[in-house]
Amino acid sequence: MTAIALPLPVTSGRVRPVEESAWMRRSLIGLALAFLTLFLFVPLISVFYEALRKGWDVYIAAITEPDAVSAIQLTLTAAAIAVPLNLVFGVAAAWAVAKFEFRGKNLLVTLIDLPFSVSPVVSGLIYVLIFGLQGWLGPWLAEHDIKIIFAVPGIVLATLFVTVPFIARELIPLMQSQGAEEEEAAVVLGANGWQIFFRVTLPNIKWGLLYGVILCNARAMGEFGAVSVVSGHIRGSTNTLPLHVEILYNEYNFAAAFAVASLLALLALITLALKTIVESKTGEKPVTTGIQE
Amino acid sequence: MGTFRQHSVLPGFNLALGFTLLYLSLIVLIPISAAFVRTAELTLPEFWEVVTTPRVLASYRLTFGASFAAALLNAVFGLLVAWVLVRYSFPGKKLIDALVDLPFALPTAVAGIALTALYAGNGWIGQYLEPLGIKVAFTPTGVFVALTFIGLPFVVRTVQPVLEDLEPELEEAAATLGANRLQTFLRVIFPAIFPALVTGFALAFARAIGEYGSVIFIAGNMPMISEITPLLIITKLEQYDYAGATALAVVMLVISFVLLLIINLLQWWSRSRNSSSV
Repeated sequence: MTAIALPLPVTSGRVRPVEESAWMRRSLIGLALAFLTLFLFVPLISVFYEALRKGWDVYIAAITEPDAVSAIQLTLTAAAIAVPLNLVFGVAAAWAVAKFEFRGKNLLVTLIDLPFSVSPVVSGLIYVLIFGLQGWLGPWLAEHDIKIIFAVPGIVLATLFVTVPFIARELIPLMQSQGAEEEEAAVVLGANGWQIFFRVTLPNIKWGLLYGVILCNARAMGEFGAVSVVSGHIRGSTNTLPLHVEILYNEYNFAAAFAVASLLALLALITLALKTIVESKTGEKPVTTGIQE
Repeated sequence: MGTFRQHSVLPGFNLALGFTLLYLSLIVLIPISAAFVRTAELTLPEFWEVVTTPRVLASYRLTFGASFAAALLNAVFGLLVAWVLVRYSFPGKKLIDALVDLPFALPTAVAGIALTALYAGNGWIGQYLEPLGIKVAFTPTGVFVALTFIGLPFVVRTVQPVLEDLEPELEEAAATLGANRLQTFLRVIFPAIFPALVTGFALAFARAIGEYGSVIFIAGNMPMISEITPLLIITKLEQYDYAGATALAVVMLVISFVLLLIINLLQWWSRSRNSSSV
């Protein structure tokens, strides 16, 4: 497709092809699709199939029972706190890194990415070591009757930790590629800092920002390991949607587990759709893959 | 300040950097350092004993072995998928391209229960494997399947842009010089995408090592057989063995730091390879 077969200067009769033969192409496509079907499409379809296997009544009941509703609320709450905070962090970090030259910048960028390379379980554990009963602040917190671990604040903290890099890592390369000339021109014209940011920088980075927010939100709502360590799995109180899925599944309530899981799968599909739209707006594919850059 | 940063007319450096450092310290750096400080409460021989018991060693073998095998499978098929998406056109290509990122977007617990249901003895896929004597769910093979799923996008997404940027002239030159398609692939294309392929492999491997959510449902979690290291950390926590859990967490943290370093070096290699070829 990309390799255009130009009429090559033929000296001997042996012209070598720059494309694969048709049957080769077809078998490569077939093999790739077989792999993706087995490992991607079938698992995705099975979530919705299992969710609806016992009918719509069971499905609706599973996602509207009080524990499920409270799990939905907690998941939305955690994301509603984590995403804006990481948005402010991402913008601040990108402003410092992309618009200024200072020593230790590479180290700072590596540290921002750190949460991506830490196992989710470890991400949860480190908060237990600080705020848990046996932790550094544990005795003081217990004295003042403040609960962080096995309570909502712990869930928010764990969610914050795992989603720290998402928005910063989209904005840093984007703002670096845009340079600082436009902002410098605004300074010369007498704009103050906030005016520069809202009138010059923000319009330039809005799609990158949105891209980061979409991915950050998906992870915030879907995080399992880190949240599982700090939650204590108290039904109707400290259960997020993914934890609710686990509880239902471990109770052999498969239809309900898959019903709740289908909500998260739907969230994933919406995330991918929005992501694709943003990519088509920006004309390129920003690189966000777990641990990289 | 003088040499710390170069002069700029733009405002907000102190505020932006100050906030960045404060936030990063509170949310990331201090909590991570807590793991190292708490482990220092153990003496070195105590630490060594905790992180090398037979059950822990078995969990390392499974975690690393399954992660390596899954990353290897993803390297082969990720390259194939990237190739097919870049080079060929077929119906539904756009949709399939978008869906490759599904493992990034799908919560791991959902992937875990879906794969378990598929590969259980009565599942869609498991029912065909069971008569052949192949058990996947609740065995180490199940761990491998889950890690393959969560690592799937990495190789595709690292190799894809490099393949897109590859200049067709190189392949045409190889063809005019008498190379057949396989020779062109092995001698011209493969060397150009190799750094990206290794980077993708390393990213998938690093992600798989720490993975928890998708694995615990399908693994069966039998000590010494199908128990991954992150699960062992949780088990120790539930037994109030904070020192043991923290020691294992430190081992995992050190491994992630080393992998992060290797990945950074690989990406530097990959970038310098690509820029020198342009």
